[in-house]
Amino acid sequence: MLSADQSRSLRCLAEMMIPASAEYGMPSAGDDVILGDILQSLGRDTDHVIAVLQTLDAMSAGRFADLDPGRREALAARLRETGGEALMCLTRIILQCYYRDDRVMRSLGMEARPPFPKGFEVEQGDWSLLDPVRARPKLYRDAG
Amino acid sequence: MKDPVDVLIIGAGASSAAVAWSLAETKMHILCLEQGDWMKPSEYPSTARDWEARQLNDFHHSPNRRARDTDYPINDADSPIKIANFNGVGGGTVLYAGHFPRFHPSDFRVRTLDGVADDWPIDHATLEPFYAENDRMMGVSGLAGDPAYPPHEPMMPPLPLGKAGATLARGLNKLGWHWWPSDSAIASVDYEGRAKCINLGHCTSGCAQGAKASTDITYWPAAIRAGVELRTRCRVREITTNEHGMASGVIYYDANGIEHFQPAEVVILACNAIGTARILLNSASARFPNGLANSSGLVGKNLMFHPYARIVGYFDETLDGYRGPGNCIWSQEFYETDRSRGFVRGYTFEFSRGQGPVMAAVHGMQIGRLPWGTEHHRAYRRLFCHRTGMVAICEDLPDEHNMVTLDPVLKDTNGIPAPKITYRLSENSRRMLDHAVARASEILRAAGAQDLWSEAPIPDGGWHLMGTARMGIDPARSVVNEWGRGHDVKNLFIVDGSIFVTSAGVNPTRTIQALALYIADNIKQRLATLFD
Repeated sequence: MLSADQSRSLRCLAEMMIPASAEYGMPSAGDDVILGDILQSLGRDTDHVIAVLQTLDAMSAGRFADLDPGRREALAARLRETGGEALMCLTRIILQCYYRDDRVMRSLGMEARPPFPKGFEVEQGDWSLLDPVRARPKLYRDAG
Repeated sequence: MKDPVDVLIIGAGASSAAVAWSLAETKMHILCLEQGDWMKPSEYPSTARDWEARQLNDFHHSPNRRARDTDYPINDADSPIKIANFNGVGGGTVLYAGHFPRFHPSDFRVRTLDGVADDWPIDHATLEPFYAENDRMMGVSGLAGDPAYPPHEPMMPPLPLGKAGATLARGLNKLGWHWWPSDSAIASVDYEGRAKCINLGHCTSGCAQGAKASTDITYWPAAIRAGVELRTRCRVREITTNEHGMASGVIYYDANGIEHFQPAEVVILACNAIGTARILLNSASARFPNGLANSSGLVGKNLMFHPYARIVGYFDETLDGYRGPGNCIWSQEFYETDRSRGFVRGYTFEFSRGQGPVMAAVHGMQIGRLPWGTEHHRAYRRLFCHRTGMVAICEDLPDEHNMVTLDPVLKDTNGIPAPKITYRLSENSRRMLDHAVARASEILRAAGAQDLWSEAPIPDGGWHLMGTARMGIDPARSVVNEWGRGHDVKNLFIVDGSIFVTSAGVNPTRTIQALALYIADNIKQRLATLFD
């Protein structure tokens, strides 16, 4: 469970990672609905997420969310240079919640639904492409 | 003490299901103990909106990440390839892709043909009828006539080629290289009560449609109807022996952690090459101080994976993306030995389709193709549904330094010592991986890819576990004989990938199951003299 300040910092970081796009009609990853999903999805990675946010606060000498945008950008860039498993976890959680949001999926041309039970269509393809392979001699070795 | 059973099988995965089903016709009392649960397809990830996220959590292929109550930890820190498995009814078939190649005849004659490793004590012709029987039980889609294989007839049409398959096939044709629709344990039409594939795109975290042949929906229902008893949430600690050096039963823990002794006349191990070696090593006693059935010293040794390379390309045109089973086509252009390539043995290319929206983003960011900030959206649209590629499955030769031992510290939730993996990639494998990446890059460029990415070996690609209780005629050089019976303990059998002598360059499940049926057939034929 994150504190209110940690949640604010997480929102800032998510918005920096994926800002809103008017061109594509996409919300930012810090959007209320998406952030709510992120906060509910931390699960077994909560400690990693808190560790990243604490690191950001330490780098900020205060609250990351309270810095001006330019300073936040600089610190986030430094954080990404350092990398590490904790940041990878946090990144993954933001992405997994963002790219399952209804608005995002529709913008990508997908139906906002799970794969089952409707499934998807895949074209059979042109099986005549196999003709040159059918004409080949056997490739396997006889083993006696 | 519980009533004794005639046959006790440990594990309920690919091989266990086959051996249980085959032995059921004997009307012996057969009991299977499985540490995991029955799966509920209605709860598989593809039924809900978090379908990709769960693949990274409770359906992750690493038991260490998944960390269910039913998993045991594995110390794989000393291996560049990490272990993948699943514990539950169906075992690894719950999560496998359903790629279902057979071995080649040459795979059983590696020493004779190529001067490396050892020949198997059986040959391809011996397994052929059991391959066929297993195919009927699992249901195989594919296309007859593949010039890379001796003739065989898949019973269902191939899975669709799709945009990705057609694109890659055109690239392969430009180069004049072999490809063929993959044999897949996925129903392309309704088959034996299973509904056909509807292209959920998510085979590797359980098939909600039931089109993929995991053994919980193929062999197990048939085995149970025939009288086999399957108890879940039973984790075996060790196999016990009597004063004659014969297996007398097992000690296991139930879901509440209560210890039980289950006596048995015959014990069959079917826990994969990690779990089987672990139980044998944990079954050390005064009579068997180095672990059960280990007079050769080879229990746990010769661990083989398939070192995998992954090579992908990004294309201008829109491909299949999240649609369709991952299985598509394969190529065995570089399967048989050609020493001019700088290595012996070979590999299979298995071509895949694409990724779901989350994995496209996660992987895109991991490989530096997806930035933070305003450029994120434009970059994402160049990745999503524009990627396809392949993996190369390289034959791994046996090496006694690659092994499973017992970790001196790590234990599971029942306090049973956990396995520890020690593994090094061989020079032959390294050269094969390099060759595969180079050839795959040629294929992708010929197919029109603009941007390529590869990794070799795939760090978390330890899906195929083989070799840690090899079969053979010589008791000094093998753990079980040519029909799966322990050299040292004559009522102990092993039927999983542990008994592989070599690994071939293909997915092992079809051969593991054919071997299990072959061993079951031998048991049935030899019942009167089984322990002689």
